[in-house]
Amino acid sequence: MGNDFTKIFELIVSASLINNFVFTRFLGLCIFFGVSKKMETSIGMSITFTAVMMISSAVSWLIFHYLMIPLDITFLKIIVFIGVIAGLVQASDTIMRKVATALYYKLGIYLALISTNCIILAVPLINADENYTFIQSLAFGLGSGLGFALALIIMASIREKLELADVPAPFRGLPMAFVVTALIALAFTGFSGLITL
Amino acid sequence: MASTSKVSYWELIKNGITKDNTIFKLALSLCPSIAVTNKLENGVLMGVAVLFVQVTVNTTISLMRKVIHPRVRLPIFMLVISGWVTVTSMMMNAFAPEVYKQMGLYIQLIVAFASILARAEMFASKNTVLPSMFDGIGMGLGFMFALTVISFFRELLGKGSLWGIPIVNAKPLLIMILPAGGFFAVGLLMAFFNWIDIRFFKKSPSGSAH
Repeated sequence: MGNDFTKIFELIVSASLINNFVFTRFLGLCIFFGVSKKMETSIGMSITFTAVMMISSAVSWLIFHYLMIPLDITFLKIIVFIGVIAGLVQASDTIMRKVATALYYKLGIYLALISTNCIILAVPLINADENYTFIQSLAFGLGSGLGFALALIIMASIREKLELADVPAPFRGLPMAFVVTALIALAFTGFSGLITL
Repeated sequence: MASTSKVSYWELIKNGITKDNTIFKLALSLCPSIAVTNKLENGVLMGVAVLFVQVTVNTTISLMRKVIHPRVRLPIFMLVISGWVTVTSMMMNAFAPEVYKQMGLYIQLIVAFASILARAEMFASKNTVLPSMFDGIGMGLGFMFALTVISFFRELLGKGSLWGIPIVNAKPLLIMILPAGGFFAVGLLMAFFNWIDIRFFKKSPSGSAH
């Protein structure tokens, strides 16, 4: 049991720091560059992301192991997972509007953006490829969400300062954001080798 | 959009490569532009996969555009896209298993490309089959062009080789094939294309593409 626990802890650390989705797997870049201009939006996005990621990895694990493997239709996993995520996002949208109206007006817009995001789809796909157990899938979802949140918050705090800097004209906007991301990614390579799974 | 269909097919292709270039100009679908471009071979193959999906999706959607009810169009577009992506990923797995092992995840994630959905929504659902097909070819070629340029520089500088064949006999810049190098390469290339726009076409800096 203790061994299991260590494995789960390792999974969370590795998904959030060593194999950080943004800096080493390069997923979710569109959203990463899109919402990291302001601190407030990036915090909202991080919370929504982590929650949706955990729920979707749980639901898609259940569907994958109890429905798709017995029926031998694992080759349809892309279509099924996209459907699951779109349905989930729609459901949480409706539930949030009824149950937590104030929260809905704060985070609602991010929910709509999430359904076509590659990170959210990548988590169930990786879970299925790596044959994680149910608890491990949950841990992987949580770790990935935390890693994405960390990346967004670091980036947003840098970009808020960058607004005041005098950037050469061709670099203004996105090119500069890319160069900054490269520097952060370089720092993140320092984490590699921290834990070997 | 009657006027758009008057635009010649050549124009459609040219727009996709230059004015509406997915990566350098619209800044969409950035994930694979960094993830798979550490080798020229991978970059080109990814480009071919996207080109194939973009053309087939555009053609299918424009064939079906009269029978799709506008209210359910997005789920149907997603279904069509994921169907064609499944076909592509299975074909890659069969014909290029070595490459597929390295970038299978990214091929599967073509489903989530904003650019493919955007072209289906903005162009293919409003135009006839032939223009939609050429629009798909243009956008796909533009994407392929971007991936080829990025992976060309990254492999040349990071490994000193092209398509696996050694070219430069010097100590390579390891950083270019590391993740950070990908961000550097895309950032510098974007700045370069912005500079061309400002210097030769007297355009004001586009700033953020969002």
